[in-house]
Amino acid sequence: MNEISLMPVEEYERLQQRSAEDVKELWDILDEVKDPEVPVLTIWDLGILRDVQRQDGQIVVTITPTYSGCPAMDNITSDVKQALGNAGYTDVKVQTKLAPAWSSEWMSSNGRKKLRDYGIAPPEDAELDEDGLTPDAHAQCPHCSSRNTRRVSEFGSTACKALFQCNDCNEPFDYFKKI
Amino acid sequence: MSDAIKAATLEYATRLGDDSVVLGHRISEWISYGPFLEEDIAYGNVSLDYIGRARMFYTYAAELADDGRDEDDFAYMRNDREYRNLLLFEMPKGDFAYSQVRQLFADVYYTVLLPELLQSKDETLSAIAAKAIKETKYHLRRSRDWVLRLGDGTEESHKRTQKAVDALWGYTHELFDMDATEQLLADEGIGVDVSKLRDAWLQRVTEILTEATLTVPEDSWEVKGGRIGYHTENLGHMLTEMQIVHRSHPGCKW
Repeated sequence: MNEISLMPVEEYERLQQRSAEDVKELWDILDEVKDPEVPVLTIWDLGILRDVQRQDGQIVVTITPTYSGCPAMDNITSDVKQALGNAGYTDVKVQTKLAPAWSSEWMSSNGRKKLRDYGIAPPEDAELDEDGLTPDAHAQCPHCSSRNTRRVSEFGSTACKALFQCNDCNEPFDYFKKI
Repeated sequence: MSDAIKAATLEYATRLGDDSVVLGHRISEWISYGPFLEEDIAYGNVSLDYIGRARMFYTYAAELADDGRDEDDFAYMRNDREYRNLLLFEMPKGDFAYSQVRQLFADVYYTVLLPELLQSKDETLSAIAAKAIKETKYHLRRSRDWVLRLGDGTEESHKRTQKAVDALWGYTHELFDMDATEQLLADEGIGVDVSKLRDAWLQRVTEILTEATLTVPEDSWEVKGGRIGYHTENLGHMLTEMQIVHRSHPGCKW
């Protein structure tokens, strides 16, 4: 039997937001801006890009950090300005918005797939502990799909990831934490 | 916002920023000294979370001060007597047990404090709390695991961990002190009345220490003064190291 996968409401709303006539082109331009730490994901895929507006001739782009100390924010800001600048938009303001706090739920379904292909297990590839945190085993290996894996460290190469190792193919891999 | 409330909120945001930057810096001192690579990376990540919080609190403080200063001026251009952080956070990193016990005390503190700050009428403080709550869950699980492992570990690790608990205990009372500034903000629904949080903190810490076969010390001594700028000698040394590059090259950009 075929299953029809439902798009999460949050993602549907985000798609609606970017299809508004006067800013559609701007969202498309910003699709070339990648997260410096996970270069397969765009800032839209990650849910870091919150809003794009035209205000009196100025383009106002709103982004939100994944973690408080995310060192990529400054890079992302300049990448956003550069991408829009290359397309002829020079009057650009990038503002950071803290609320609502970023959630890994905001990642697009396409982003999750890209993440897996890149070798990072997305949040839903592990069954969380009862307290909602990363479990100590069984995140699905993005390389061989085995569930026979163990957590090596709660904190991986960046704050948003934990480090796992697969007991079957022996490859280490990053797991994108649910937050 | 009335002038009095605004001034108090500026002071409050600065205090919270000072707490975060000082603890974040102390944690960062473990980088390249961790017991193994993953732990080193984990500590680096926790440190970054705190430095990130400090940036958010200082950015807000700078906005309220509106006198041309920015977040860096708050972090790098104030002397120890101008810092308002809790003394617990400025204590030197000590051995690994000492740092983990301090971290446990801090993580449980934020576990009880942040949900209250989330309720703040001040949107920025509430937004910062919302971000920090999520991170603190991970921090606490890690420091709890370490304190259990060290307390209920070898004779040596138990001895050192108990020593750390005893050495730090007298600095934890200050975490729950209120003064006129914080009382004003608590009454306004902006700040947190931390004096009401000690029971919850103590209960949680007691559970963990007991499980780790450690003894909760008697309340026989306490040291305070961070909130009025009276620090231990440790803060001056720490700031010297933290601020030297910024102060040697004022306004430098790359």
